[in-house]
Amino acid sequence: MFKKEMTCIVCPRGCILTVTKKDGDYQVEGNLCKRGINYGIKEVINPVRQVTSTVKIEDSIHPRLPVVTDKEISKDLIFEVMDEINKVTLKAPIHYRDIIIKNICGTDVNIIASRSMDHI
Amino acid sequence: MMNQYDVVVIGGGAGGMSSALGAYQNGAKKVLLVERDIELGGILQQCIHNGFGLHHYKEELTGPAYAERLKQELMDTEIDIKLQTTVLKITKDKEVHMMNEKDGYQVIQAKAIIASNGCRERTRHQIDIPGKRLSGIMTAGLAQRYLNIDGYLVGKKVLILGSGDIGLIMARRMTLEGAKVLGVAEIMPYSNGLNRNIVQCLHDYDIPLYLSHTIAKVSGNDRLEQVTLSEVDEKFQMKEGTNKTFEVDTLLLSVGLIPDNKLLTDISVKMNPITNGAYVNDKYQTNIEGIFACGNSLHVHDLVDYVSEESYEAGKNAANYVLHQNKVKQNIINVKSSDHIHYVIPNQIMLDNKNVAFKFRVTKPMEKALIMIKQGNKIVIEIKKRHLLPAEMENVKVNKKVFKYDDDISIEVKGV
Ligand SMILES: Cc1cc2nc3c(=O)[nH]c(=O)nc-3n(C[C@H](O)[C@H](O)[C@H](O)COP(=O)(O)OP(=O)(O)OC[C@H]3O[C@@H](n4cnc5c(N)ncnc54)[C@H](O)[C@@H]3O)c2cc1C
Ligand code: SF4
Repeated sequence: MFKKEMTCIVCPRGCILTVTKKDGDYQVEGNLCKRGINYGIKEVINPVRQVTSTVKIEDSIHPRLPVVTDKEISKDLIFEVMDEINKVTLKAPIHYRDIIIKNICGTDVNIIASRSMDHI
Repeated sequence: MMNQYDVVVIGGGAGGMSSALGAYQNGAKKVLLVERDIELGGILQQCIHNGFGLHHYKEELTGPAYAERLKQELMDTEIDIKLQTTVLKITKDKEVHMMNEKDGYQVIQAKAIIASNGCRERTRHQIDIPGKRLSGIMTAGLAQRYLNIDGYLVGKKVLILGSGDIGLIMARRMTLEGAKVLGVAEIMPYSNGLNRNIVQCLHDYDIPLYLSHTIAKVSGNDRLEQVTLSEVDEKFQMKEGTNKTFEVDTLLLSVGLIPDNKLLTDISVKMNPITNGAYVNDKYQTNIEGIFACGNSLHVHDLVDYVSEESYEAGKNAANYVLHQNKVKQNIINVKSSDHIHYVIPNQIMLDNKNVAFKFRVTKPMEKALIMIKQGNKIVIEIKKRHLLPAEMENVKVNKKVFKYDDDISIEVKGV
């Protein structure tokens, strides 16, 4: 039987959820409200996260440009995404929300600039 | 003649940018924003994670993106901005003394001043870490700045002291950049960070959180080599036989922030010993007329959205002060924190029929609690809360019409 414990983050209460799978059906225990059920099941079936990091940039006021995924991405892909991000070197200027890497790791998610950075 | 401004804002972080906008959009003609760094944004520029702006922009933004949005709003105004300029001193007569490379030492005469110069991190000197002075021990915010702005990873094997949000966020960030984070130690029996950060920064990467633990010893030659943690009892005394030793080259301290207020204490602005910020009324005005305070230099905020809201108000009030110098006398009453409330802002309110936002923190986590706003011993407002945490600032908006007497106001909370 599949069983996983986790903290619900939907509200500050932080219930400790136990998600189990019996005969193909998921069950959530420990939740004080209904929202915990959806969260628990989603975290087991397809947990997703936003990834933020920086990429190298030349001829700008700082040597790093902060970037972010434009949608959430599967949690399992986080380190692969980091590897791709770390391969890039940009040249200033860059504008807020410019696409830095399109369709990262074969997903429909792009890596975009968190801010503008002028040329110096 | 001395250069003159209606409103001078000190600090170009979220607080300073928002208060400059508040002053300008409410009629102040000449507004100057002074920032010592090479660009605007303040602490937001190093907080590259997301989780900013949900209230203010109805969208989840990273720190730099939030700063960018505020900057864009500033560009549509005639607010003057001085970068790489440090305010050295202000006077009770509202002179602002500042310095930069280009103009040297300059004095500007303001009609109102807004102090929005942020906070500092507590350092090793402010907490007691037994052992030698070694390299490899630094504050989490400094390590964050090195990594996110300069691209420099400060260590490979890391332990973090303090489970506030900065510590948690750095645990994830350093892991993503290839460091091994061996754990986060917290002296309290609960974390000071948001649940979301505990889950997404620690649980996601199997980083252990050692609650009720503190540092027994640090050792090494020049660079840090080992940190020993010990469990503590309810009185924060180390328990014998609970030591655990970690081989690490870096110890990050995330043990709290303190408002930066030397500019105000130098002119004897009345300070609140609990927040380390000024005492203010509901106009965010200090005890010196025309000097206002907001943002992290008033009290440490966990949400930038509240910094913006409060600072915009401070700016608006500064503009009103400048435009209507001879104000009507109003009834002023004190606001106090009482049982289980750590502090409350504002400390005074003027009785009129406008709204006031009471901001406060509880002293300990509480389940099923009742917040009471009292005037004298009469309960004026009661609010039920499922859950209260010291890490989350409460923000309760009240129309001041409900306060019908001249008695002091107090805010209390009790379990139900
Ligand atoms: C590490 C960290 C993580 C955070 N994470 C989140 C989050 O996930 N979500 C969220 O909503 N909020 C978060 N916050 C809170 C929020 O970002 C801050 O509270 C807010 O940005 C503070 O704005 P501020 O303008 O008051 O201070 P600051 O940003 O510190 O700005 C103060 C400015 O004043 C300048 N200054 C200081 N002294 C002088 C002087 N003498 N002369 C001229 N300039 C001066 C400084 O250079 C600085 O730019 C976080 C805060 C920190 C520290
Ligand atoms: S289960 Fe409901 S009450 Fe519990 S943390 Fe999740 S959202 Fe909050």
